[in-house]
Formats: sequence, structure tokens, C-alpha cells
Amino acid sequence: MQTDFLQEARRQAEICNACRYCEGYCSVFPALQAERAFSDGDLTQLANLCHNCRGCYYACQYTAPHEFALNLPQALADVRQDSWEEFAFPRAAGKAFQKNGFAIVLATVLGFALLFWAARALATTGGEGFYAVLSHNAMVAIFLPAFLFPLLSIAIGLRRYWQTVGGTPVRLSHLSGAIASAANMRNLKGGHGDGCNFEDEDRFTHARRYAHQAIMYGFLLCFASTSVATLMHYLLDMPAPYGLFSAPKILGLSGGVLLVLGCGKMVWLKLRSDTSLGATNAFGGEIAFTGLLGFVGLSGLLLYAASSSGWMPTLLAIHLGAVLAFFLLTPFTKMAHGFYRMAALVRDVQRRAAG
Amino acid sequence: MTDTPDIVVIGGGNAALCAAITAAEKGARVLILETAPKPYRGGNSRHTRNFRCMHHGPLGPLVESYTEDEYLADLMKVTGGKTDEQLARLAIRTSEECLPWMEEHGVRFQPSLSGTLSLARTNAFFRGGGKSLVNAYYRTAEQLGVDVLYEAAVTHLELDGDRVTRVDYTYEGKAKSLSPKSVVVASGGFQADTDWLARAWGPAAKNFLIRGTPYNRGVVLADLLDQGIAQVGDPTQCHAVAIDGRAPKFDGGIVTRLDCVPFSIVVNKDAQRFYDEGEDVWPKRYAIWGRLVAAQPEQVGYVIIDAKSLNLFMPSVFPPIKADTLAELADKMGLPADALEQTVAGFNAACGEQSGFHPTELDGVATSGITPPKTNWARPITEPPFYGYSLRTGVTFTYLGLKVDENAQCSIGDRPVRNLWAAGETMAGSILGQGYLAGFGMTIGTVFGRIAGKEAAAHAN
Repeated sequence: MQTDFLQEARRQAEICNACRYCEGYCSVFPALQAERAFSDGDLTQLANLCHNCRGCYYACQYTAPHEFALNLPQALADVRQDSWEEFAFPRAAGKAFQKNGFAIVLATVLGFALLFWAARALATTGGEGFYAVLSHNAMVAIFLPAFLFPLLSIAIGLRRYWQTVGGTPVRLSHLSGAIASAANMRNLKGGHGDGCNFEDEDRFTHARRYAHQAIMYGFLLCFASTSVATLMHYLLDMPAPYGLFSAPKILGLSGGVLLVLGCGKMVWLKLRSDTSLGATNAFGGEIAFTGLLGFVGLSGLLLYAASSSGWMPTLLAIHLGAVLAFFLLTPFTKMAHGFYRMAALVRDVQRRAAG
Repeated sequence: MTDTPDIVVIGGGNAALCAAITAAEKGARVLILETAPKPYRGGNSRHTRNFRCMHHGPLGPLVESYTEDEYLADLMKVTGGKTDEQLARLAIRTSEECLPWMEEHGVRFQPSLSGTLSLARTNAFFRGGGKSLVNAYYRTAEQLGVDVLYEAAVTHLELDGDRVTRVDYTYEGKAKSLSPKSVVVASGGFQADTDWLARAWGPAAKNFLIRGTPYNRGVVLADLLDQGIAQVGDPTQCHAVAIDGRAPKFDGGIVTRLDCVPFSIVVNKDAQRFYDEGEDVWPKRYAIWGRLVAAQPEQVGYVIIDAKSLNLFMPSVFPPIKADTLAELADKMGLPADALEQTVAGFNAACGEQSGFHPTELDGVATSGITPPKTNWARPITEPPFYGYSLRTGVTFTYLGLKVDENAQCSIGDRPVRNLWAAGETMAGSILGQGYLAGFGMTIGTVFGRIAGKEAAAHAN
């Protein structure tokens, strides 16, 4: 990992440890205050525990122009961003996409192209609905590896993370504690429940927390929709298309709406935020990724709306192309943060249980 | 701002903001003139962390009760009776209603910080510290239509008998004037003017570090005192503590504190001990060490500990100086090596039974037969590596200030100045003659800031 990022985070953490005014904001400070010296693994854990709520920055008496020049949200964001690149499998892919919005857009366009090509080359005649454009088997042939590979990659990344931060065997209670934190984004509430600082300097709002949860639950609903549909297809012999009041449609439509609204709001917020409190060079990558995720939701909704029109084949290729790019890029974009954040929360539950 | 405001508030810390918010809520048009640039707004309030508060039963983050009499007794103990009891009781009694008021105006509290459990009953801690309180008040003031000018330095208040007729200030390089109906002075003490400190203290003060804002230079205070506004407090009195000698000259704040003295020996530049390091627990002693160090040659002290004591105190902001031998440590710290070895040997020989050592209680593990003695936590300095810190005097605030009455109103001759009020550190000497009680500065600022704002608005409306 980049030693200058770690060194800067260490310098700042040591000053924070002598102050401790911020211990009421989030999980980072109690974890920080449990140490007297900070190893690279400690800093990596703190960095991934940090939700970038920025409360500590705006409350800090030592921000520039003070000679201590503290900017802990940025110092931790740099370490965090760097750790995702370092832990990625393969590493080169992490380096190529994590901070690079252009590469993400390019990969998405390639996804479109692949699906247009597939629709033309593997055209079917017998299928119903979407399967008339691309057969179920062709879809599976494309998406099964595109789903399994990121899973494998993430698993390797998490293993590297766990070794770096010195994690111990995970128990159910560790997981449930971490899930409870993530489920209501406790660490974006500011400790007092007023939310975080993001789009308007030191004003506390829930805007980012709500946007994030819309994205998270939207994504989970869409994922549930696909999972349910897969089970219906294989176990119940009920192939698509499904009606409006079927489980896949209800889950998918609500999830899609949440994704679009959440991603739209998140991009709006990010554009208003002070980029110097995050990993500055990753800003483009974050915006592009959020855009891609929102586009997956939007193209899915459009596809549903236009499913009986002549636009359907085009929209299907676009939607599936975006989904493909999203899946394949998951370990190498901001999407990876969800997995590392969960790991950090689990590790923090372990630390508290041991302490 | 095109029109003349009803009220000009001079200063931009806690007291100023409480005054501005209170006055604006009474319908007055208020302008804050803050001499610091925006990132440094808030004066010493930026560095504070709690508010000492009377309460009957649990209140906000505070547990149990803290009565008026107990609060006053605590205050009398630290000031040695040099306290204006009437004003002190007013501050104490009003503090209870202040806490909910603070919450209503955006301040958020939290349980007392780790390592400060002893204050959980008496002091309400601001979540995020004093700068977050200052931020919240600026937000609230803004919503109430209060105007704020940063880097607006007040140079002079023109007095005509018992009235302030004009406020002169500089802003964006230009000299400007305003003639508001009421003026509130809340611009702190003079400790950042080291020339003034040196006049009061002697040349030794040039070696003092200033723990807080560099903007409390006492310009308005001096201007008013020169014109005969009633003054209070001893110019030589300031709240001074012993801090890390490597701290910045200004604005080092909380992190520069060193909690290791009770586990150490402290020597001067001649490597001689000069005071009982184990007299009491550190929170009760750090303030006297400011003066002890100030009395030593070159106003510097050197803390020496060994490996077994390193983890007994809060981490320091700068790592200690480290060496494998005392001679090497002396060399790195610029102390005479022979003298340091001799002092440590003498101290070590005077240490006795240590089985009762207890780092957080007065354990009575004492030396015998040396002067000065060490009366608690006396363990020999023997286990390498050895560690050292330099200690310097850090000034928090000065006591010389404006004398006010229970309406926070200033006076000249024997009569009140009809449209001048003061709040915060600039009038804290009206209550505190010497000594300091943690969190009481914010109590004075909040109570008298609100009174000043109310009175100033009543006069203006």
C-alpha cells in the first residue's frame, strides 16, 4: 500500500488520539482510542470503518490553516481507496477502474456492444418476451460467469482484508451486530441522530443517509427480484415473463425506483460536497459508478415500460449491457466498499467484544 | 449590510453568539464583528469541550444532581474565596436553564469523554467539542438574520459621557464606523498580546505559549480601560498550565496537555527537581504547574519517565524523546548529563516500598529523605528506554477585564454606561479573581451572553 497515505493517516490519528473530542460521532474514534500506536492494519481497519460523514472535520479545531492541518476524512478516504485497489483480485483491474470514471463508462459501452452483438448473433425465434431477443440459455451463458467471477474476486479481496486487519473467526453475533449497523446506517447519523455533514458544510442532514439507503435497499430488492425469478424458473418451472403482481415484478419495480431516486440524489449531493474531504482522485470514479448503478435501475424500468413496443430489443440490450458491466466491475469500483465496510463493521464488533 | 444595525456584538465566540442570538430573537438587527477569519472564528470557545451546569436530578447528559451550594463551594475552593458571590450565584443558578436553551439552539451534548468520568455529574460535554458548538450557533444566528463580518477588527469605541456613540473597525483594508444603539463586547482577554503579558508578568512571559486563539489581543479591552470604563481583576493573573514544550506558540489547544507528571520526576534546565510531582492527581495539579514552570530558569521544565510508566497516561500529541540511557536522554534534551544522573540516583535511592502503587489513586507511595519529596507514585527511574518531554507554561486566558453588574452592563465612574454590555472572558474577572473551575468559562459566557443580548435588545427596541 502507499506508505505516504498510511503515514499521513498515522500522523493525524496520533493527534486525534491526544484530543478525543470527536469520540461521540461514530465508530472510528472509540476504535482509534483503543490503540496507542497505529499499525498499517489498524489504519486500514479505521479507514474502512469510516463512512466519511465528515462530522469530525467540521468540528475539528486543528483543520488548515492550523499547522496540524487535520483532515481525517480525507486521510482515511485515501487509505481506504488505496486498500480497495490493493486487495482487489486481480490487482490490475482495481487500479484500472477504482478511480477512473472514464474506464467505467468505457466498460459499460463495451457491455452494450457485447449484448447487441449477442442479440444479433445468438438470435432466437422460439422464445417469449425478452427471450425472443436473447434466449434464456444465452443469457445464462453470459451472466453466470459474470456473476460468479466477481463473487470469487470479492472473496479473495475480503480474505486479504481480514489478514491485514488481524480479524478472528467470525461468529453469528459479530455478523448480526454489523448488519444492524449497516441496516440503518448508524455511522451516518452523527451520534446525536441529526445525520451527517456533506452537501452544506457543517449543517447536519439525513440527505446522504437516505440516498444511500435508497440505493442499498433498491439494489437488494432488484437482486432479490432476480433471485426469486431464478428460483421460479428452475424450481417451479415458471419462466418469465411475469405479471405486474408477481414477486419478481413487485421487487424489481420497487427496487428500480429506489435505485434511480437514490443514485440521482447521491450524485446531486456529491456534486455539492467538498471534494477535498474525500479521496480527491477517486471522485470521477465514484460519480461514474453511481451513475452506472442508477442507469441499471433506469434502463430496467424503461424496459418494463416499453416491453411490448418496438424499442424493447434495443432497451433489453442496453439494460443487460449495463447489468453486465456493473457485475463485472463490482470488485473494482465503489461497489466493493459495501463488502469491505461490512468486514470492517464485523471486525469492530469483534474488537468491542474482546475489549 | 446597508443600514446601521441596532446592536453591534464585538467578538465571535460563545458569549458573543449567545448575545447575538438572544438579541435577534427579541427582534433586534444584530451585526457580529469577528476579528478572526472564518476558519478561526469562535475565539477560545473553539477549544472548549464542556459546560459546568447546576441541575436538580438528571439533565441532558448529566447524571444525579449538582446543587447551587456545591457548585459554589467548588468555585470558592479553586479561587481561594476571590469570587464575587452574587454574580457567581447568578451564573450558577442560571446555568440550569441554559442547557435546554443550548440544545434548542443547535448544541448537541454527549456523555462525558473517556478519561473524564469524574466530570459526568458536573460538566455537560459538547458532541464534537467547542467548535461544533460555535458552528451550531453561527447556523442559528444566520437563520435569525444576524449578519456576521469576519476579519472585522474593532479598533475604538467612541464614548460620549455614559454612552457609546460610535464603533470604529477595519474591514477589507478600509476604516469603517457604525453608530448602533447598543454594543456588546465579547472579545475575550488579552493573552495573545505577549507584549502586554510581558508588561504584566515580566519578560518571562515572552516564553509562554498561548493555548488558544491568537486573536484575543485585548484591543477593545485596552481601548475601554484607557477611557475609564470600570476594570476588574489582577493584570498579573492568568490561567496557565504546564503543556508540551513543543506545542505551537498559539492555538495548540487540548492536545498539548501532558498527563505524565505524576509518574515522573520533573527537573529544570540544571537537571534539578523543584516540586513534589506526586502532590495530587493531575487534573487537580496541572494548573499550578504552569506557574511552577514559569518560575524556573528560561521558563522550561523537563519530565523524565522510564519504560514502566509509558502507558499510564493519555497519549501525547508528539512522541516523547527516547533514549537507552539517562546520559543519552540528557544529551538529546539539552540537559547536563552528570547532573541528571545524580538527580535520578538521589531520587531512586529515596524511593521505598512500591507494592501499593496505584496509578489512578493517591497511593502514598512516597520518597523519604529528599527535598522536595514526591508524596505519591514514587517509583525509581530505572527501566530503559527512558523517555522525556519538555514542559512550558501555556496561558489559557487572562483575568483583567471589564467590571459588570448583574445585567452584564459596564460602568464608568459610578454610573452604568447606558448602551454597553460585556460577556465572556472579557468580564470573567468580575466573578473569578483567580484560579479556574473546568467548564465555568462557558457557563459565564452563556449566562452573561444571554443577559447582555437581552438587555442590549431591550435598550435598542
